[in-house]
Amino acid sequence: MKQELKSVGKGVRKKDAMQLLLGKPAYVDDVTPSDCLVVKVLRSPHAHALIEEIHTDVAMRVPGIVAVYTYRDVPQKRFTMAGQTYPEPSPYDRLILDRRLRFVGDAVAIVAGENEAAVDKALRLIKVRYEVLTPLLDFRSALDHEILVHPEESWHALCDVGADNRRNLCAQGMESDGDVEQVFADCDVVLERTFHTKACHQAMMETFRTYTEIDTYGRLHVISSTQIVFHARRILANALDIPKSKIHVEKPRIGGGFGAKQTLVAEIYPAFVTWKTGRAAKMIYTRRECQIAGSPRHEMEVKVKLGADRDGTIRALDVHTLSNTGAYGEHGPTTVGLSGHKSIPLYTGSLEAFRFAWDVVYTNVESAGAYRGYGATQGIFAVESAVNELSEMLGLDPVAVRMKNMVKQGQIMPAYYNEPASACALDRCMQQCADAFDWAKKYPVRVTENGKIRAAGVAMAMQGSGISGVDVGSASVKLNDDGFYVLRIGAADMGTGCDTILAQMTAECMDCAIEDVIVFGADTDASPYDSGSYASSTTYVTGRAVEKACLELKEKMCTVAAELLDCPTADVVFCGREISRADGTASVSLTDVANKSMCRNNIALEATCSHSSPTSPPPFMVGMVEIELDRETGTVEVLDYHAVVDCGTVVNPNLARIQTEGGLVQGIGMTLYENIQYDERGHLSENSLMQYRIPTRLETGRLHVSFAPSYEQSGPFGAKSVGEIVINTPAPAIAHAIYRATGRWYRELPILPEHVALGDTVK
Amino acid sequence: MEITLTLNGNKITASVAPDTVLLDFLREHGCASVKCGCETSGCGLCTVFLDDKPVLSCSVPVVRADGHKVTTLEGLQEEAAEFIGFIADQGAEQCGFCNPGFVMNTIALLRENPDPTDDEIRAYLAGNLCRCSGYEGQTRGIRAYLNAKKEGRL
Repeated sequence: MKQELKSVGKGVRKKDAMQLLLGKPAYVDDVTPSDCLVVKVLRSPHAHALIEEIHTDVAMRVPGIVAVYTYRDVPQKRFTMAGQTYPEPSPYDRLILDRRLRFVGDAVAIVAGENEAAVDKALRLIKVRYEVLTPLLDFRSALDHEILVHPEESWHALCDVGADNRRNLCAQGMESDGDVEQVFADCDVVLERTFHTKACHQAMMETFRTYTEIDTYGRLHVISSTQIVFHARRILANALDIPKSKIHVEKPRIGGGFGAKQTLVAEIYPAFVTWKTGRAAKMIYTRRECQIAGSPRHEMEVKVKLGADRDGTIRALDVHTLSNTGAYGEHGPTTVGLSGHKSIPLYTGSLEAFRFAWDVVYTNVESAGAYRGYGATQGIFAVESAVNELSEMLGLDPVAVRMKNMVKQGQIMPAYYNEPASACALDRCMQQCADAFDWAKKYPVRVTENGKIRAAGVAMAMQGSGISGVDVGSASVKLNDDGFYVLRIGAADMGTGCDTILAQMTAECMDCAIEDVIVFGADTDASPYDSGSYASSTTYVTGRAVEKACLELKEKMCTVAAELLDCPTADVVFCGREISRADGTASVSLTDVANKSMCRNNIALEATCSHSSPTSPPPFMVGMVEIELDRETGTVEVLDYHAVVDCGTVVNPNLARIQTEGGLVQGIGMTLYENIQYDERGHLSENSLMQYRIPTRLETGRLHVSFAPSYEQSGPFGAKSVGEIVINTPAPAIAHAIYRATGRWYRELPILPEHVALGDTVK
Repeated sequence: MEITLTLNGNKITASVAPDTVLLDFLREHGCASVKCGCETSGCGLCTVFLDDKPVLSCSVPVVRADGHKVTTLEGLQEEAAEFIGFIADQGAEQCGFCNPGFVMNTIALLRENPDPTDDEIRAYLAGNLCRCSGYEGQTRGIRAYLNAKKEGRL
């Protein structure tokens, strides 16, 4: 049921905006002491090696060096650094330091010292003799290869994800609905294509960083730039092999995450140093470390087989994804699922059968992790490109083909865990986008006066809103003196504005001003449990927890007010700034109620509620791009990008728009600029922001974002999610436009000017 | 070696190692707004003014500031306050980590060219990377500020 809203739906400023714009201290390195130990890691120069000998005595003699740790010093229990709900689907395949080194950049030793110069010197004085092994670099041949990335006996998987370390297998599986082979046999056309995407980096502006100290109670206090305080506590306890009660994790402001900080990356090293030495310690990743030893997107090869009739009816989809998890399995078993679960269901409207199978393999390259889109981005590039190829092959308008086949509101999506498209405005997104973009005019290819070619492309996308039946969001709302509220959350605002949108929801529920809601988060000692900010969960899952907590608090406030008003609780009504008798004869202010709660009171005016959803209602969107392509140089310039998003109710139009624009630009970067290249020894070339080219503001084109909201009954005020879906359309839409301009399909990303100029379609 | 410089209006004398870069020196001297994003002069986060000209403090040895004037966002709070509300109204600050460098360079732009076109804004700020916002909101914010100023609404 729709309602008149006062705070939700308003484009209010982010609560922390002005302080951040003024450059006030807010991030890990700004708010923690600098007179602590500097921690750095000696990194493997080899993609695959065993440490034969390691000598730290000379390094230890450098003045100012406090500790040098090697594989001999760490607990021998394997763990995963993936921030996921226990039991984690990611295999337990890591040690803090291991004798076997599995990628260039893998940790060889940890050095802690009084200053950076001493630590840098000690790093150079650690003597290591490596037994250099042949690395396994090609993920296409990794399965059942004779080189094993994880031959160790202590490797184990907590969940049945089809993993087998003796086969370099991190996960494997298959699912289907209907008889695909039979439908293919009956189709007019069957198209088979293979697509390849690389291990793109989140490249958040603040690299990984963590400060650790022992607090007054002898516990390990961790201040980290993380999206997942509660998972971080568990992972650190596993890694250090100490009780979780001994660890306290909090996050200050985060300088961007995009999923990178859904994995523990920097945390374990200073934590280990502090736990061993009792000294405060800090580790700040360099950009180079961030690039070579971070947690990038999973490289994937996606094979799509698509069966259709000549009129453009898409009848069967068979998708196989080979995913490269790199040296360790963080998020390996789960990212791959999205490559099918969030691409195939887009065509629920006409699909008669589908099959989706996957293999996730270990190799000797940087371990992958979570990056906005989380596998959906890779799968959608493949399936949406295949649909564009089909349309062009049949001479049909790809917009019309999509209108004919797309999922519609109310349909059950067999390829999406059999969940319903409970709120779906994908058709309106397409219509609205085609109108705003002027598809009819821009779809035909045009040659400009200077010989450049203008062409257009289109793609659709979906994502989820949290992980069905897994994610837990919680909120705690408390009434204070003067009648203001404190909202405590365990979700992490990483710049996206979740503190603000959850305050908007609180203000809506409590009928107060947004300024009357103070937001606190996230801290494992003080926040109610939340899985953390990932999987597009915060608005939808934590938002519902906020609604529930507000409802419960209102009841308690009414009980206290009824005492003051000397009437039964049932006879009072909550009216925002005051609580009145239903007959209007008397009322008490929130200040009166708050003061009463602090004197001779037995009812805590605080409520904590959790929420978990059995479904994950997908947001939907459509993107259309116009490019200008220079045939001489191969340069592709994005001129205009139109996006229409159905994220359910738009809680804050400004922030939703910025999320969309930011996601589009990351998608443009992935498609046209951001490359990942390993040499034959497994060294990554793109190890700085000089080589790893994220878009500047000259390369985004003009972005035009609008919304076509549906209303999700199970979401807070009808909302779904927006954070991840927005990265998914640029790759297939731009590849489509490049085909229109050149007549060649590019099925590998990024599509660089040299590929275009030389007519090199790669594969 | 010993250097003397004027930091945000205050004259300071300090003993520094010859290889200290201005970025580290400034953070050690209470200027937390100055951020490091890349170490390769490629992101613009560490932008400060050396004698009123924007420089990347990650690539300036602090000895080059000896006898000069250095200004960080800490010293330009009022000048920044004039327009940053318009960025906030777009939500284009996002995570905020790139904001100080972007705000510093915007101040430099507006001092140099008080009435820039959108393309001039983009060109001047091209060296200031932002991974969150997609940039367009920042341009809209600056445009809204310039319009408000022209229309006498400030």
